[in-house]
Amino acid sequence: MFKTFPKGGIHPPENKLTADKPIVTLPVPAQVTVPVAQHIGAPAVPMVEKGAEVKAGQLIAQSKGFVSANIHSPVSGKVSKIEPSVDTTGYKQIAIVIDVESDEWVDTIDRSTTLKREVTMTREQIIERCQQCGLVGMGGATFPTHIKLTVPAGKKCDLVVINGVECEPYLTSDHRLMLEKGAEVLTGVSIIMKALGVERVVVGIEGNKPDAISHLTELAKDFPGIIIQPLKVKYPQGGEKQLIKACTGREVPSGGLPVDVGVVVQNVGTAFAVYEAVQKNKPLIERVVTVTGKSVSGPGNFLVRLGTPVTALIEAAGGMPNDTGKVVNGGPMMGKALAMTDVPVTKGTSGIILFPEEASRRAEVLPCIRCGKCSSACAMGLEPWLISALSEKSMFERAEKEKITDCMECGACSYTCPAKRPLLDYIRLGKSTVIRMARERVTK
Amino acid sequence: MSSGILLTIIMLSALGLIAAVVLYFIAQKFKVVEDPRIDTVNEALPGANCGGCGFTGCRAFAEVLVKSESFEGLNCPVGGADTMAKVADILGRQPVAVEPKVAVVRCNGTPENAVRTSYYDGAVSCRIAHSLYGGTTGCQYGCLGCGDCVEECKFDAMYMDPVTQLPVIIDDKCVACGACVKACPRNIIELRKRNKKDRKIFVSCVNKDKGGPARKACRVACIGCGKCVKICPYEAITMVDNLAFIDSYKCKLCRKCVAECPTGAILEINFPVKKEEPAEPAVATN
Repeated sequence: MFKTFPKGGIHPPENKLTADKPIVTLPVPAQVTVPVAQHIGAPAVPMVEKGAEVKAGQLIAQSKGFVSANIHSPVSGKVSKIEPSVDTTGYKQIAIVIDVESDEWVDTIDRSTTLKREVTMTREQIIERCQQCGLVGMGGATFPTHIKLTVPAGKKCDLVVINGVECEPYLTSDHRLMLEKGAEVLTGVSIIMKALGVERVVVGIEGNKPDAISHLTELAKDFPGIIIQPLKVKYPQGGEKQLIKACTGREVPSGGLPVDVGVVVQNVGTAFAVYEAVQKNKPLIERVVTVTGKSVSGPGNFLVRLGTPVTALIEAAGGMPNDTGKVVNGGPMMGKALAMTDVPVTKGTSGIILFPEEASRRAEVLPCIRCGKCSSACAMGLEPWLISALSEKSMFERAEKEKITDCMECGACSYTCPAKRPLLDYIRLGKSTVIRMARERVTK
Repeated sequence: MSSGILLTIIMLSALGLIAAVVLYFIAQKFKVVEDPRIDTVNEALPGANCGGCGFTGCRAFAEVLVKSESFEGLNCPVGGADTMAKVADILGRQPVAVEPKVAVVRCNGTPENAVRTSYYDGAVSCRIAHSLYGGTTGCQYGCLGCGDCVEECKFDAMYMDPVTQLPVIIDDKCVACGACVKACPRNIIELRKRNKKDRKIFVSCVNKDKGGPARKACRVACIGCGKCVKICPYEAITMVDNLAFIDSYKCKLCRKCVAECPTGAILEINFPVKKEEPAEPAVATN
């Protein structure tokens, strides 16, 4: 009954402290900072000037280029400045700072909570709406949704896989969304089905969320074509290729995309955003963020406007504990430590985790003992010890032959290494260098 | 018994002879004619294979030198003028005078000047730290202090200062091969003209932020005020993206800009200590 992917994988402590905490809507902050680059691809171009009055849901930055996404104002108020500001990437990027004045929304947005099931739009209209509303993948990679919904010429998609796995420890935002907005999520899924013209959908949910599995299975009876697939708890099951293998048995070839085996993967968070955009005409201006940590006094799941400072989220969860040593944006496995907490929540922020000092420092790095644990853990069947050493020694041609670009940076190798080697750090370096080398070869 | 030995000797000799003839013809057929001067030039080069000349090692550089028409743009930074004169002698050409250069670290973000706002304990590599975030200070342009440049230096001309947490270049050993320049992910190290007595005047900052944020991140940041540009009598200083840059070939080391800089971002190094002006007599206040 419970399926999973065959190769590698680990099982870190789940620590889902906030699984039974309902989503709380956070009050609108006094000021929001909206970076124009919240997605993979080209940054959007600001459309408003300093001093302009904006309403919540109004387009404030236009997408530029093929892979890019629109940015909308998450609040209503006055643009106080447009300047470089540090965001979750740790670097300064152009951001639009808005002083909140009231909570006035653009008229065309339907703010009611009534479920609207009937999908009246055509395929093209749905994709266009997703593009207009600035939808991106909510799982963390923030790839513009409208591109994923457009099947490239010559390829065929016959199956959609919805990612409700949430395999990262601590995070529960998708879990809560499935429980509280199950019908909306499934309506979003049926919209995605229509946009891609497929009849069959598999929603993969890990076995540590039995309530979500039973809730959605019950709801799915009204949605023809949607199958809820319980999965064994194993990290990194949320990786596209692992999820497809687990749910369908199909294997995406090395260097290929899911669509090469006729599959498109979307996150449940994205499905909900698609529902809101298509049925309620609501752009992506808020999202659910899990704020958690073992020392945090009031961990929870919060619905926040994008651009809200992370400090406000930490306050809402009971303030920063005194022993905090590291604040991580995203999950503990793939997330990134923040250099400062005064950064805004963006479209890709799925969680904020506060680690106590003793849990946040890395251990002393020892020599590799060739135990092979990393190779056993790697879900892509790579040899992390080797490709990591190759990139450490700048042997990038060899690393390319060892398929370093297949690495999805899940961090299972670093997690499992008994010598505490920074395997993933070097693999990331090698991967980006190899990708750059390959790109240069093409342009030459 | 003896005939067996004899047969073996004859067989082996015949085999050897046939192989020698075949090998001779193969050698003739695939003979590579190489200019013998390449070897001679190669021997004259230092053999460090540092790549500072822009080619993949001394041998490759020797080939280029022999094939080239003139020495314009070709220089061995390690051997310098002496080596190039030797090479010119071998090839019977005129050496082209190249001004010697030296590497300069353009960051002064010591823990004292730039307050540390976070702690980095990832893999010890500037390239990795650079790909992750802005760095341990508020300045996203400055030195990350992991020592990728020191690692790359083949001449022991660099070391990390544990107090300043910045790389230091030993002028006497630096041959300006440029390996550190390539290793630095933030383009902090620059090859500048080597002046007499290793005197240097340069803007020790690469921060492109506006004055306020730059100064907030680091006490000695260039704030882009432009005072140095105005005072420079030789038009050696340019201002791009809120950052002053002194062209080492136009600079005449007059040191006017050093005194003018309000943050002390312009450094003067290896100059004799200025005579102290007579201090004003201390006034007793109580």
